[in-house]
Amino acid sequence: MRDRIWIFAGLALFVGVATLPFWSAHGRTAGIAGVPNLQLPVRARECVAPVEYMRQSHMQLLLRWRRDVVRLDERRYVAPGGTVYQRSLTGTCLGCHNKEQFCDRCHAYAGVSGPYCWNCHNQPATRVAGASWQAEPELSAVQQAAGSAARFLNQPGNEQLSPFHGSRP
Amino acid sequence: MKITRKDFLRLSGLSFLAAGAAGAARAIAGRGSSAEGRQAAAPVRWGMVVNLEKCRKEEGCDACIGACNTAHNIPHFSDPRHEVKWIWTEPFGTVFPFSQSGYAERSDVHLPVPLMCNHCADPPCVHVCPTQATWKRDDGIVMMDWHRCIGCRYCMAACPYGSRSFNWLDPRPAIASINPDFPTRSKGVVEKCNFCEERLATGISPACVEACPEKALVFGNLADPDSEPRQLLRTRFAIQREPELGTGPSVYYLV
Repeated sequence: MRDRIWIFAGLALFVGVATLPFWSAHGRTAGIAGVPNLQLPVRARECVAPVEYMRQSHMQLLLRWRRDVVRLDERRYVAPGGTVYQRSLTGTCLGCHNKEQFCDRCHAYAGVSGPYCWNCHNQPATRVAGASWQAEPELSAVQQAAGSAARFLNQPGNEQLSPFHGSRP
Repeated sequence: MKITRKDFLRLSGLSFLAAGAAGAARAIAGRGSSAEGRQAAAPVRWGMVVNLEKCRKEEGCDACIGACNTAHNIPHFSDPRHEVKWIWTEPFGTVFPFSQSGYAERSDVHLPVPLMCNHCADPPCVHVCPTQATWKRDDGIVMMDWHRCIGCRYCMAACPYGSRSFNWLDPRPAIASINPDFPTRSKGVVEKCNFCEERLATGISPACVEACPEKALVFGNLADPDSEPRQLLRTRFAIQREPELGTGPSVYYLV
């Protein structure tokens, strides 16, 4: 019983040391907690797929585009709304999105150490749409589009775009 | 419900038969439709005819090489060991060592011949690639997927024409001005001429063909008997690089 103070002090020390990574991470990320400050294209209000789908599965879409263009020579992409796009990272994606203000910021926020797209792929010389930029206005605008992701994936022909469909290409 | 052993065996036998028949029917149907699909599209085999006589008209001209380098972000390294090339020139005597008499008065043997990937009918580079990063498309283009290249350089060893280059260094700092519409490559990747497949996809001819002031490079569909290269090959004597190797080059030279 005389050792009680040592036991509890030791326990407290152990808990402190064991949870050290969490504390240090909290200290580092306190400043960037919350929603990443992304800049969205001004004029183009519609992406090639619903926002919610793009948010969670843009990597699968990009991999599929890559396969379609490089290996299958299929460059035409018809969006669910009927708009026709070129399957092109530099031409289509970066035609609206700003790499630093959009891709990089969210990747930094999510702690995704970048994919190596930019080792080879370039930023366009002049952006096609959305020459000026504004901060993400309201989350509600984004949330509006969230419901359409499920509908998009349920459309015939889009099932394979689901992150849960099959294995990676 | 009671089922006898005899009924059970009869039923299970029948169901196995049905499943097997369905599988076979599907396989036959699948084969039929894909063969039809292939027949429906007119066959394409891209190829090029280089008219050396026209090519020599303007001495020191390298318009095709410049156009290709700009279009495809090809780096320029002064160290020849690091050289990256899609189109380049070699003296006639080096390219066609067995096509000369040895008594030629004219110094044709020293004149440059433009060289590029031959987009072989049976490409050795494709056979050796362990990752299928290079493959032959239905239209005859020997294509590369730089995403998939692991830089083993088997293809470079296999190619008898030296058409492939390896990026020993990061190419980006060595590119004069980057064309944003075409990706650069990264260190550790092999590259070569792609017959401007990115331009063919939009219906325009390769950059080198367009840039040539003498129209010495003639590009077209070798599978079409009425195409421009086929018309040339019908009437003119043409040679290929090392045809005895059996690779079936798609680039022909009018001497």
